[in-house]
Amino acid sequence: MAAKTQVPAVEGWFTLDPDRPALLGSRCRSCGIVCFPREASFCRNPACTSREFDEVELSRTGTLWSFTDNRYQPPEPYVSADPFEPYAIAAVELAAEKMVVLGQLVAGTDITTLRAGQPVELVLGTLYSDDEHDYLVWKWRPVADGDPKGAAR
Amino acid sequence: MSAEHEVAVLGVGMHPWGKWGRNFVEYGIVAAQAALDDAGLGWDDVQFVAGADTIRNGYPGFIAGATFSQALGWKGNRVSSSYAACASGAQALDSARAQILAGLCDVALVVGADTTPKGFFAPVGGDRPDDPDWLRFRLLGATNPTYFALYARRRIEQYGATPEDFARVRAKNSRHGATNPNARYPKEFTVEDVMASPVVADPLHLLEICATSDGGAAVVLASTEFARRHTNDPVRVAAISTVTPTYPQTVLELPAFATDSAAVVGAPPRPFRDAIAHAAYEQAGLGPDDLDLAEVYDLSSALELDWYENIGLCPEGEAERLLDDGDTELGGRVPVNPSGGLACFGEAIPAQALAQVCEVTWQLRGQATGRQVEGARVGLTINQGLFGHGSSVILTR
Repeated sequence: MAAKTQVPAVEGWFTLDPDRPALLGSRCRSCGIVCFPREASFCRNPACTSREFDEVELSRTGTLWSFTDNRYQPPEPYVSADPFEPYAIAAVELAAEKMVVLGQLVAGTDITTLRAGQPVELVLGTLYSDDEHDYLVWKWRPVADGDPKGAAR
Repeated sequence: MSAEHEVAVLGVGMHPWGKWGRNFVEYGIVAAQAALDDAGLGWDDVQFVAGADTIRNGYPGFIAGATFSQALGWKGNRVSSSYAACASGAQALDSARAQILAGLCDVALVVGADTTPKGFFAPVGGDRPDDPDWLRFRLLGATNPTYFALYARRRIEQYGATPEDFARVRAKNSRHGATNPNARYPKEFTVEDVMASPVVADPLHLLEICATSDGGAAVVLASTEFARRHTNDPVRVAAISTVTPTYPQTVLELPAFATDSAAVVGAPPRPFRDAIAHAAYEQAGLGPDDLDLAEVYDLSSALELDWYENIGLCPEGEAERLLDDGDTELGGRVPVNPSGGLACFGEAIPAQALAQVCEVTWQLRGQATGRQVEGARVGLTINQGLFGHGSSVILTR
C-alpha cells in the first residue's frame, strides 16, 4: 500500500517543515502587531488603519500557561477516531509575542505530569486521516528544559 | 449614575429551566406574561419589545423581538432583536433602557428564551472554514468545557486552588438553589458527590460544568416617571455594562485560538472581565463594597472564583479564602449566586442574563423565598460569552 500523502488540515496556518515547523501569523506593516491566525484585511490595533501585512513565523517554543484534556467525544466538525480517543489541549505562552496560543498536546502526553511554566515546542501531528491523506495540524510537545528538538540548528 | 439616567424594573418573570423540548417562543411568552402580571400591566401597555436572539432555532430566533410580538398579538409596537452570545439578554435590556431614557417610550418588555440541543454546544452546521467557532472544533476539538478547564487549571497553577475548592463552590450553589422553583437541578450535592462525578475535562467534573437548558425570562422596564404612578419604591436599573474588550485582549476567550499579542501595544489597565464590572460600577457610582449580593456566570464552578476577583470582592488569588470564610454563602458578607447559579439552572443563552436580573429583582424586593439575602438593597449581575461579549447589570432599591 502506498504511503498516504500528508496535507495540512487548514491552509496557511503553519509551515510544513518536518523538523522545525512554525505557526504562521501576520505582522502589520505599519504598527508591527502580530496576529494568529493571520489577519489579512484590517489591522486590529485601534490606533492603526493599515491594510498591509507580512507573513511571520511565530516562536516555535513557549511555556505551558494551562492544559486540560477532553474525555468525551466532541461534536462535528471534529473528526474523532473510532473508537473515540481522549486528547489533551494546551494553552502555550510565547514570550516574544506575549500571547497565548492553543493546540493539542501530542498523543500520549500524560497531563498529570505537566506544570505551568514548563517548556514546550511545536511539532506536526496527524489530526485525522482518510484513505489517501493524513491531515496534519500543529501540536505542542513537552520538552526537557533547554532541549527543544532542533534548538541547536 | 444620577436618578435621571435610571429606569425602573416594574415586573420580572420566568419559565422554569429544564429540557422541555418545546418551542422557545412558548417559554418566552410564559415568562413575558408572568412579568406583565408582576408589573400589574397588560400587553396593551407595552410600547417596545426588545428580544434576545437564539441562534439555534432558525429564523424566528434571529428576529426575537418580532417573534415574541407576533406571539403576543401584532399591535404596531416597535421592536429590537439583539444577539450578544451570553450577554444577549443584557444587550436587549440596554436597548430597552435607551428607548426609555431617550423619551421614545415609557414601557418596554424584554424577553429571552431558548430551546437547546442535547450534549455539547456545537458550531452552526455546514462546512465553514472561515468561522473560528467551526475551526476550534475542527482543528482542536476544543469544546466549551475545554476552555473552562483551561481557566480552572490556571487557577490551580497560579494560585494553588484545588479541585476540592471548585467542588465546594458547586456544593454551595446546590444548597442555594435547592428550593428555587425555576431551577432545573434543585438538588443538594456534597463535595464528595461532586468529586465522584466523572471528569469531563481535567480538572472539571460533570457536576461543575453548566448544562445547556431550555428556559425563558422576561423583564418589564419603565421610565421612573411612569413607575412612580404605579408603584412605590421599585427596583431600579443603576447600570448596564456591555463593553467589548480593549485591544490587546489578553484573556483567552472562546472561540479564539490565541490571545492578542501584547508585545507592541501593552495590555490594557484592566483585563476584560474586570473591565465589564468596572464599567458597571462607574455608571452606577457604586463599588464592590456596596454590593449585598451578586449573580455571576458560573459556566464552571471554578470560574465563579475568578468572578469574585473580577468584580472586586477580593484581590487576585484570594477567592478561595473568601469561599472558605463563608463570605459568598447565604448568610455571609456578600452571597454569590443565591439563585443557585448556572450550576442549578444550566444555560439558556438568550434568557440567562435576564434570569440573573429576575433573581436580583426578587432579592431586592425580599421575595426570594428560601434563598433570601436579608435586607438586600444593591445587587450585581455579570457574565461573559463568546466573541468579546459580556455584560453586567447593577440593580438598586
